[in-house]
Amino acid sequence: MNKQVAIIGAGIAGLEAASILDSMGFKVTLVEKAEHTGGHIQNWHQLFPDRRNATEVAQGIISKPLANVSTEFNREVTSIQPFAEKFIISAKDGWVFNADAVLITTGFELFDAKRKEEYGYGIYDHVITSAELETLFKKENGVTLRIGRTPSRIGLVHCVGSRDEKIGNIFCSKVCCVTAVKQAIELKELYPECEIYCLYMDLRMSGRHYEELYKQAQEEYSIQFIRGRLSEAAEDKSGKIIVKVEDTLLGRPLKMTMDMLVLMTGMVASAQTASICSSAGIQKDSDGFFKASDPHLYGNITGIPGIFLAGTCSGPKTISDTLSDARSAALAVQSYLSAEANN
Amino acid sequence: MNEKKLAFGYTVSKDRQIDFDEASLELYNKVCAAEPSIRLCISCGTCAATCSAAKFSDFSLRKLILQVRRGITKGLQAEVSKCMLCGKCQLACPRGVSTRALIMQINMNLQKTGK
Ligand code: SF4
Ligand code: SF4
Ligand code: SF4
Repeated sequence: MNKQVAIIGAGIAGLEAASILDSMGFKVTLVEKAEHTGGHIQNWHQLFPDRRNATEVAQGIISKPLANVSTEFNREVTSIQPFAEKFIISAKDGWVFNADAVLITTGFELFDAKRKEEYGYGIYDHVITSAELETLFKKENGVTLRIGRTPSRIGLVHCVGSRDEKIGNIFCSKVCCVTAVKQAIELKELYPECEIYCLYMDLRMSGRHYEELYKQAQEEYSIQFIRGRLSEAAEDKSGKIIVKVEDTLLGRPLKMTMDMLVLMTGMVASAQTASICSSAGIQKDSDGFFKASDPHLYGNITGIPGIFLAGTCSGPKTISDTLSDARSAALAVQSYLSAEANN
Repeated sequence: MNEKKLAFGYTVSKDRQIDFDEASLELYNKVCAAEPSIRLCISCGTCAATCSAAKFSDFSLRKLILQVRRGITKGLQAEVSKCMLCGKCQLACPRGVSTRALIMQINMNLQKTGK
């Protein structure tokens, strides 16, 4: 039964699927564009909603047995071509590989906050992204070092790069509301005297225990929530950030000065999505992510038999949803390959 | 020349912007210390929907709480006085905000500061 499966992307979806397909007896090759496996989770400090240590979760996934799995690092796949019931996978560096089935787990990229110019990321020192804040949390006292003093007011801006047709992304990234609430709590723990504000359009606390975390943020950490989308941020002489927002619940514009502004950058489709789609003959959805042939019934199956999807390459997902999706994709691959073997 | 005659009817419009840097959160902090459940308000408006006073005036407890949160105290005394302390809002609030105690705290503190 030694069929060859290629998994494009060794983030958590790729790793999870690899370990399952491996245990089923398939030959698995993970093709990763970076120098290491794990993807984005490696940069995270704590996970929502229970604030579990991210490294621990990453280790839990990475350490699953991968007996017959080989990994190709630094290979950015740009094309997948169906050829005589097999697939030819090519990477940017000229590397070529053949497989009987392909599972795409290319994940997401973080929205480039520089594109939202009016928020001043990349221009003002004290405007950072949510991903950078996680890195600062990982380093002890990293936040103080960044500002140079203890902050007295910090703002977290929701929906940066999401729900914004002006920059071309109409969709919601799903994970950033609860991430903002989690990061607000972590900041408050670090600086009990600091005022923390979340500036949001809607609070989308859609997962289990998210609403409880929100309540806890209000009740135990005195986090304040202002409903309104930031129109712009400006820097004052001392390097502080002045933000303008409408308090839409009061119907009045509001101005406030912050020591630091954290932009909750959303997810966007990874760069190679378009070239993989056109080479393989599979579809890209209107949001730029891969499109499943039937998102309700067959979320892991593409329009080309033998090419499968898992994780955030087919749209924003949480870590637990990504892992479940990867497991179901592994089953879809197995059922395809065993049907093929019986033919 | 008499300057008064040169009035063209223009006036300087009052700035409606909430300048949060100038706002004093003194009232909010005092109310919060005495009635911490104010923190739990999610501005859903259930209280204002059921409120007896809101039927006959422009009173909104949701808005009152928000004004206190934002440090807006001007005109608040007149607002609070519209509440009849009937307690219907407390039965309706999904977040368990102790609304009556909260209104009394706001009123008491406003009277103390004479605003
Ligand atoms: S999860 Fe929240 S912050 Fe993220 S895009 Fe959706 S509404 Fe905006
Ligand atoms: S207690 Fe006051 S605010 Fe609450 S329902 Fe009665 S009148 Fe309205
Ligand atoms: S019902 Fe409760 S939570 Fe809703 S606005 Fe009124 S006080 Fe706030």
